[in-house]
Amino acid sequence: MQSWWFTEDCYPHLPDESTYRSIRVDLPNQHCDPEIANDLYNRYLDLWCACDEIGLGIMLNEHHQTATCMVPAAPIMLGILARQTQKSRLLILGNPLPNRNQPVRVAEEMALVDVISKGRVECGFVRSVPYEAAAANIMPYRGSDRMWEAHDLILKAWTTHDGPFNFEGEWYHHRQVNIWPRPYQQPHPPVWITMGSNGSARPVAQHKHIGAVFLAGYPRIREVFDGYREGYLEAHGEHAPLDRLAYLGLCYIGENQREAEEGARKLLWYMESNKVPPEWSNPPGYHPPAVSANVMRGVTGSGVPTRPTLEQQMARGNVFAGTPDQVFEQMKSFWEYSGGFGHMLMMGQAGFLSDADALKSMRLYKAEVEPRLKELAANSDPAELWEKSKAAPVKDGVDIGNFGVEFVR
Amino acid sequence: MELQGLDIDVVRKGSGQPLLLLHGGGGPIAQMPFADGLAEKFEIIAPTHPGFNGSKIPKHFTRIDDLVYLYLDLLDELDLTDVVLMGFSMGGWAAAEMAVANSSRLSRLILVDSVGVKVGGREDRDIADVFALPGEKLAEIMFHDKSLAPNPADIPDEQLQIVAGNRTALGVYTWDPYMHNPKLPHRLHRIKIPTNFIWGASDGLVTLEYGEKFCAMIDGATMTVITEAGHSPQMEQPDAFVNAVFEVAA
Repeated sequence: MQSWWFTEDCYPHLPDESTYRSIRVDLPNQHCDPEIANDLYNRYLDLWCACDEIGLGIMLNEHHQTATCMVPAAPIMLGILARQTQKSRLLILGNPLPNRNQPVRVAEEMALVDVISKGRVECGFVRSVPYEAAAANIMPYRGSDRMWEAHDLILKAWTTHDGPFNFEGEWYHHRQVNIWPRPYQQPHPPVWITMGSNGSARPVAQHKHIGAVFLAGYPRIREVFDGYREGYLEAHGEHAPLDRLAYLGLCYIGENQREAEEGARKLLWYMESNKVPPEWSNPPGYHPPAVSANVMRGVTGSGVPTRPTLEQQMARGNVFAGTPDQVFEQMKSFWEYSGGFGHMLMMGQAGFLSDADALKSMRLYKAEVEPRLKELAANSDPAELWEKSKAAPVKDGVDIGNFGVEFVR
Repeated sequence: MELQGLDIDVVRKGSGQPLLLLHGGGGPIAQMPFADGLAEKFEIIAPTHPGFNGSKIPKHFTRIDDLVYLYLDLLDELDLTDVVLMGFSMGGWAAAEMAVANSSRLSRLILVDSVGVKVGGREDRDIADVFALPGEKLAEIMFHDKSLAPNPADIPDEQLQIVAGNRTALGVYTWDPYMHNPKLPHRLHRIKIPTNFIWGASDGLVTLEYGEKFCAMIDGATMTVITEAGHSPQMEQPDAFVNAVFEVAA
């Protein structure tokens, strides 16, 4: 079991929510004070550097035109961390491939950071969320197909060492591909891909890449992980090792329950602040027509700020919060229900959660939760875990409408 | 009918001179009353663009010229001559491109609240970004009488999914460059057939000013303005619209 610590680098110092229509895409950047932003970036970088000292993996991502995530270029953050850390592995999850017009440039950026960090890059590729369509000016229709074509080009660029090759695909054309440097890790850095459905998990499994699921909770996790496990078994004739699967939830650990819940409530800023109207959450061709119709009709979820309570989010498996014992039990329960996974991804900072509080939770996790998770995973057989998961009665958690439709559908 | 190996839904009604009717981003319109009015003097041939009304978008269809060549093939396939080509909004763009490419089977071009060209500078938003507008704002720019704007809450799910599919198809054909072909103004001189613009006076998606600039790009083109109508004058003022067509074309 490997553990990864994540913050989205938010800019939480916003005017009252009623004064703006959307936190994404068109929130004027007059609300971004560069002095405050400077302070925030350095704080977030310090927290990631603390992962290196504590012994946690570092996870980062990117979004555009939004106060929810101030990193519009994750490879740049990755480059900083490549120099400022020594041990932690560096997970970028991920590069929004359909919105990058030059996959070869992505291959170069990742190879560069991989070499500087002496092979610590874990390279994620994502289709990207709907709000990114306007910011990237990219039509999101067939985004997954576009992502896979970019993926193929990047993998070939990483693994070709005898001079230029030609690539003329449906979307990407590049006639003389010959990147310098080549990646440090051979044949290439581990590849991660986010999965949102049973069907989207299968090609990830076929490639033996690491499949990551964000905030699917109890209601959706099994169908997505099952898609991966079925696809893996079908393609490779053996069960998917646990280290091929990853799950992301929000996590806050305190010395006592009160402290933990207080911290976890601060993390919920990430969900509560996501005020996004349908014009940004429902670009043409991103969602299948049935989901798009729901958003048009204003059904809860995408486009509508979600305000489930901490208790609801915990019951759903989106948030793990409590004392170390409680969090271990919550994670164990979810882990067993899901059929097991080898990477615990934790959003451990959001909103106004202080650095000191974030650090306290990270240290408690490392000292008291991770060892037990490692032991749990080390003594488990993937095939048995899967059988047990299939036999476990359905646990729907809490219905919170279309929540997370951007990540899981 | 089958065209380019695709199954294309084509509505045909009325009799008289053939009129190829290309719908806009809202989807097929040949069932509307204005079309019945036109059918009194024309034989209407109204295909549904691939991707609209629940149909599939072929993987290789990614731009407006995919429709242009599809419908040039349709003219050949049906061996139509002396055709009035009428396009609405996005369909107007396709129609203008068709007339540029090959007007040998055409006798007249009618463009209704059509997109397709850029008339202003690089920082002018000539064509409203329909994908970026809230529903209520969209209703405001599309209709003269805002009460005509459909409310998604009142649309049955099956129909709303078709609307969602139409939006996707519109995006596929028009996303970038947005709703226009930068090269089209340099090619419009090739249009030698009589050309008429019809425009809703209250159109906020492409304003009358846009329409007049577009009209000025085609030699001898005329402009008919329909009052108390927005982006779809054929829907808001069907009688005035049909009369306007008969005046120039019948």
